[in-house]
Amino acid sequence: MNIRKINLRYSKWVIILAFITLPLFLLFTFTYLPFGEMVTYSFYKMKYIGERTFVGLKNYKDLFTRDDIFNSLKLSLYYMGGSVVQLVLALLLATLLSFKTKLGNLFKGILFFPFLINGIAIGFIFKFFFTHGFVFDTVLSWVGFPVESLPYWLKTQGLNNVSLVGTSVWRYLGQNMVLFIGAIMSVDSELYEAAELDGASKVQQFFHIILPSIKTIVTLNIILSITGSLSAFEPPFVITKGANGTGTYFIIMDQVAHTSQKVGLASAMAVFLLLIIFVVTIIQKLVLKYAFRNADTGSGKGDIL
Amino acid sequence: MMVTRKVKTASILQIFLKYFILIFFAFWTILPLVSCIITSLKNTEEYQSTSVMVLPKLLYFKNFLEAFTLAGMGRAFLNSFVVLVFVLSGSILISSQLAYILNRFKFPGNTLIRRLFLFATLLPGVAMQVSVYSIMGKLGLINHLYGYIIMMMGTDVISIYIFIQFMENISVSLDESAVIDGASYFKIYWNIILPLLKPATVTSLILKGVSCYNEYYCANLYLQDVKIRTVAISLYTFTGPLGNKYNLICAGVIISMIPAFIVFILCQKQIYSGITSGAVKG
Repeated sequence: MNIRKINLRYSKWVIILAFITLPLFLLFTFTYLPFGEMVTYSFYKMKYIGERTFVGLKNYKDLFTRDDIFNSLKLSLYYMGGSVVQLVLALLLATLLSFKTKLGNLFKGILFFPFLINGIAIGFIFKFFFTHGFVFDTVLSWVGFPVESLPYWLKTQGLNNVSLVGTSVWRYLGQNMVLFIGAIMSVDSELYEAAELDGASKVQQFFHIILPSIKTIVTLNIILSITGSLSAFEPPFVITKGANGTGTYFIIMDQVAHTSQKVGLASAMAVFLLLIIFVVTIIQKLVLKYAFRNADTGSGKGDIL
Repeated sequence: MMVTRKVKTASILQIFLKYFILIFFAFWTILPLVSCIITSLKNTEEYQSTSVMVLPKLLYFKNFLEAFTLAGMGRAFLNSFVVLVFVLSGSILISSQLAYILNRFKFPGNTLIRRLFLFATLLPGVAMQVSVYSIMGKLGLINHLYGYIIMMMGTDVISIYIFIQFMENISVSLDESAVIDGASYFKIYWNIILPLLKPATVTSLILKGVSCYNEYYCANLYLQDVKIRTVAISLYTFTGPLGNKYNLICAGVIISMIPAFIVFILCQKQIYSGITSGAVKG
């Protein structure tokens, strides 16, 4: 019996080492090592190859003094605005679809599918869609807007960002909606039945049952949209290549790192993004804590990892 | 006020409004895709002479063939397939093994490892490529399919999370009775845990598969050589001098969407549940 116990202890450690070595190695090589390097790089003026010189906080100052970077920060406000619109629409559609609907699954499927298309394809689809006189203009001309009176959706400054944000809403709306449908479905159906019996209208049911019970996930998504706004990449990359003031933070970072090879500055941009994510995460934690205290949502499992 | 109105008219109005909204949004969702399909079926002459929303007179399928060869999509599909097979099998094994250890064994460092992985989710993956790029360079992993595969395997915390969550509902008494029967820990993992994890594996395979197939940024950074391009990169060929030939571009776009579409049709339920369960973490 004793020998068996020792054997078990021994084989326990063998299996632990066998199963955690590779994941830890990968985690270290592709996450923590680059993380450390990135922080170091951000204090240097350097390229990928060749000499580097220590410049202190200069790269961080450049974040706010260089026009292209500062503009891209302001630009993310468009995307945040877009994600608010997106959340509201997703909530509306999710609510509609969570009641009995003819062809409900078809609607759900149609609205969700764009989430599965690759970003480059979406870029092409919408470049085509918004080109002057093409799809969007044609449809608008059907309802009475002459094509000549319509603006250039991708060239006019300001408007082009609205078009790009529209693309992003098109892409993620369905995913948000599915998320919300999942949350709404987890609400006890007896609540609706009881409300129905009490003569509550659908609108009342929405504000008094649905919204309170999914407010955590809605708040989380609002917060998440902040980092999402800074990371918008593929569609603007294909559609406008960041021209005419459409360069998002990510596009500029990519250009700085790989076109002009200002690795130090690009690293500082990445570190800054990381700081924003930290702040957002802390807010998110606080919100969760607050939400768990005030509502009986979720299974309350908390941190599994 | 709603209350004073007759219930019947109100509900008819409600139903009308509901379907109007649904059809309206479904229309705008489908429109870009439909216009793409229409255009992909026109030959160049017809494409240039007709409005984009006019249906093609006769279906011209040659665009698909031309787009397929022009962008080298045959090769690209093969590459994407190889990447998918290795990344998916690799990351499923790695993350289920790690989840098994973290969930079933108490040992000093267990919590630390969980925290390390949890913290890693906060680091913005694509932004980190600034420095991952130089590490990949030093390791000689740039411009090799295996380099990209290794990198893609190493960054999958969501699967680990899904597996741990799932494993909490697999009774430990199964393991214990197997130990009494003299099974080794590896046997327990391989013959008991892994088969029971199947639903979680399917979910994670589909989600990871779709996002891996669609991944562009890193593929473009690390797979510069024409021979090792994946589908997402090959599609980008259409930006250059071909930029105006939308009948070809649309054909290419549709070809690239077919695998995701098939997966979607076959596995809708798992995809939805994957989206919902992956989101709890936020």
